[in-house]
Amino acid sequence: MTTLAIPIPRRPVHPTGVWGWVTTIDHKRIGILYGVTAFIMFITGGIEALYMRVQLARPEQDLVSPEVFNQLFTMHATTMIFLAIMPMGAAFFNYVIPLQIGARDVAFPRLNAFSYWTFLGGALILKLSWFLGGAPNAGWFGYAPITGIQYNPGHGIDFWIMSLQVLGIASLAAAFNFIVTIINMRAPGMSLMRMPLFTWMTLVTSFLLVLAFPVITVALIELMFDRFFGMNFFVPAKGANPLLWQHLFWIFGHPEVYILILPAMGIISEVIPTFSRKPLFGYPVVVLSGVVIGFMGWMVWSHHMFTVGLGPVANSVFALTTMAIAVPTGVKIFNWMGTMWKGSIEFNTSMLFALGFIWLFIIGGLSGVMHSSAASDAQQQDTYFIVAHIHYVLFGGSIMALLCGVYYWFPKITGRMMNETLGKINFWLVFISMNITFFPMHFIGLDGMPRRIYTYDPDMGWNMWNMVATVGSFALAFSILVFIINAVQSARKGEKASGDPWDGRTLEWSIPSPPPEYNFAQIPTVHGIDAHWIQKREGVPAVPVAGGSDDDGHDIHLPQPSYWPFLASLGLFVGGYGLIYFQSWIGIAFASAGAMLTMISVYAWSFEPVNDPEEEH
Amino acid sequence: MNSLRRRSRALWAGLTLLLILLLAACYPDNPQSTFGVSGPVAQSQLNLFFWIFWAAVFVFVVVGGILMYISIQYRRRPGDADPEQIHGNTPLEIGWTIAPALVLVVIAVPTVLTVFDNLNSPDPDALTIDVVGHQWWFEFKYPHPDGESMVVTANELHVPVGEVVNVNLDSKDVLHSFWIPKIAGKVDLVPGNKNFMWIQADEAGEYLGQCAEFCGEAHALMKFRVVAEPREDFDAWLAGEAAAAEEPVDPLAQQGKALFEGSKAQCWSCHAVTGSDKSRGQTGPNLTHVWSRSHIAAGVIENNQENLRQWLEDPQSIKQGTIMYRDAKIYTDPENKLTDADVAALVAYLQTLD
Repeated sequence: MTTLAIPIPRRPVHPTGVWGWVTTIDHKRIGILYGVTAFIMFITGGIEALYMRVQLARPEQDLVSPEVFNQLFTMHATTMIFLAIMPMGAAFFNYVIPLQIGARDVAFPRLNAFSYWTFLGGALILKLSWFLGGAPNAGWFGYAPITGIQYNPGHGIDFWIMSLQVLGIASLAAAFNFIVTIINMRAPGMSLMRMPLFTWMTLVTSFLLVLAFPVITVALIELMFDRFFGMNFFVPAKGANPLLWQHLFWIFGHPEVYILILPAMGIISEVIPTFSRKPLFGYPVVVLSGVVIGFMGWMVWSHHMFTVGLGPVANSVFALTTMAIAVPTGVKIFNWMGTMWKGSIEFNTSMLFALGFIWLFIIGGLSGVMHSSAASDAQQQDTYFIVAHIHYVLFGGSIMALLCGVYYWFPKITGRMMNETLGKINFWLVFISMNITFFPMHFIGLDGMPRRIYTYDPDMGWNMWNMVATVGSFALAFSILVFIINAVQSARKGEKASGDPWDGRTLEWSIPSPPPEYNFAQIPTVHGIDAHWIQKREGVPAVPVAGGSDDDGHDIHLPQPSYWPFLASLGLFVGGYGLIYFQSWIGIAFASAGAMLTMISVYAWSFEPVNDPEEEH
Repeated sequence: MNSLRRRSRALWAGLTLLLILLLAACYPDNPQSTFGVSGPVAQSQLNLFFWIFWAAVFVFVVVGGILMYISIQYRRRPGDADPEQIHGNTPLEIGWTIAPALVLVVIAVPTVLTVFDNLNSPDPDALTIDVVGHQWWFEFKYPHPDGESMVVTANELHVPVGEVVNVNLDSKDVLHSFWIPKIAGKVDLVPGNKNFMWIQADEAGEYLGQCAEFCGEAHALMKFRVVAEPREDFDAWLAGEAAAAEEPVDPLAQQGKALFEGSKAQCWSCHAVTGSDKSRGQTGPNLTHVWSRSHIAAGVIENNQENLRQWLEDPQSIKQGTIMYRDAKIYTDPENKLTDADVAALVAYLQTLD
């Protein structure tokens, strides 16, 4: 390496403690980092929600000012979507996908670490805005022109823009990584149509991410130029059409909805066969319906815009495409029921969450069909009826499925079982309080309560159900506390888990819990859908292929840890802050320093030497 | 089997209870309820809602019933062997792809018909009103009986009962949405994009409306009223609105007018009063007949002497974020701050504007 102008330090060798986590490129540790960070963000988003529920518990309260209320709902939604549900999905992608496809890591392990640290940077840029002069206040959708400098002179919107841009980089990097991993790194014999459903849905989700994020990136750059350099992309007074923002936002935003729900459907499609002891009913149809949902997700964006005046033709077309998307969704639900049919259903916590998902998702799906009817939606758009709907699909759907996934894969990740008694209490608390919180919102929505209002008149007839929803929200918070207690206690003192505690069907259950660093001592050969089930039940021997090892994994060469992904992300974080304050010299200094750090890190990363494997022994 | 029957009976009892609760929750009497509507637009939307709602209830009961049955029937029992590994059933899967598609056709057809009906006015020559959204109040413009100019008012929309009224929608600043739940679903006010809707109130009375698209700090307090009245009352009202303001005779009110048009209060720079040479501001609500309105501050408080006084003294305490408080010199510059006597004079003047 004498040709390099800059000497690049050696990679860290077996770092431990904090350095071990900072430099790790092990997909399992990165998955845990994603999961823990996302869960902390989920709690912060939940606290923001509780503030709003207290404010709305009774009419005409003044716990928070209207300005703070606007910041609360903006932050709550942005947090839950970008910092909680998406990265929780990413946590499962990271931990589970390589194990499900019989790989030792993802295709680009350092890029994977970079995705996590960049995500953390974006998350911090958003959440720290509370302490830096005010959070964004224009809603997670940021409709022009209220995001313009004229109506929003503070830095709140800038934090929002920069955070989403940085998060976008993280998501794109991760999505490319998983596409390449899933396409290239499957164990021999695992054709596409033998992949586990969760892997399939991750693949579809990754394609959606790759195609959707550039749209919001472009829109955010335009908004940034409007705000920073006085351009007029979204300034109506200068002749701009503010609907441009809505179109760009929802062309991204609707696929984003499926980015949030497809991984959830993938998890459900793993859990239901396992605990019914039957293969997924109609595997090709379930795969296809997932792909079709991903595809059709691009044709429905204007159903978020039924009231903006696109005219009867556009409204009718988008009403019809939106209704059509109910077909593949319904097919999935029927196939899950077909899987349980004549099965041997075990009602443990994970399965209860899966069933809870189906029930709540049916309700959310049906209310979704209700607003697909454009004319009827004119009464529902921007009311609490929509708030009820999105919480049935995002909480009842995504969060229930993610909790289901935690209860399902927890033994694999920690090597210990979760407490079933606490788990069942946890499930029933979540399920009941979720309904108490969100079902009344259907009523107050149909009774004409608009969204995003910080106060209401006592004579509107909304008092009782608002109070009920607030009580429910605290019960919901308590149920999450039960989950935390269960997770922490079980991780410490739970019963030891075997490698295959559920009599599982997919490859992650064929290795010890927790998995060794190298995952598979011998790369398995796959003979069909549900590879591990076939191995177990039909006694097909797992034939070792090239790259195999003795059982202790001594000869396996794994990718080595690296400092550069972390430093490259740190550069984006610092540079992002610099851009927000670019009008001052300090801001320019930060922006330049961040850009330099990222460039140097990427360069060093590219030419980083591999440590001599012999030295490690 | 007995326990199963008992469970299913409990299930049906639960579902019935739920349905009763559901129906009880639709309070048609609530002022902004989308039930108990008046007029063809809201009625067609409500009919569509109920059509889809019952289809949804049907789907929920059928799918939920089957799911419940499967969950109970196929729960794991001790000593269960592996169930048969069934991988699918093509006719069944084709069946449950087509079935939801058929249900959707049932709701798609009336949806498309209603979409066109709601957006195409049945009478393009009927009375046409312009609605303009502002942070955070609604401006309404009527054609002047003289056929040339416009009659401008705010936050209180009068319409003749039982007649089609065409509404043009626009916004001066950010997005807003024009929504009178009992008369018609919402259509957004988009700056630079003219939108259109038509409304018709079939019963005389007062209806509440509210901005439905997030528009900033006082979004929650951007309300308005619709007064539907018989044609002759409407014509009388419009004639009254079209008239210029009368000169105040009371000395206090005269003092108030001087203040209104003077350099200290500078009310004139944002508010218009027809008939005054000075007051022609376009930024704030037109006040020519403000005393005739039942509410002030965009439907937030009743219009009476005490509330007017409080509004002038401290608008922020009534409506946080109001632009008047942010921009008017009387609140931003201590030198221009109104004394109690000033406020009393202004209130007296405003009370002559009926």
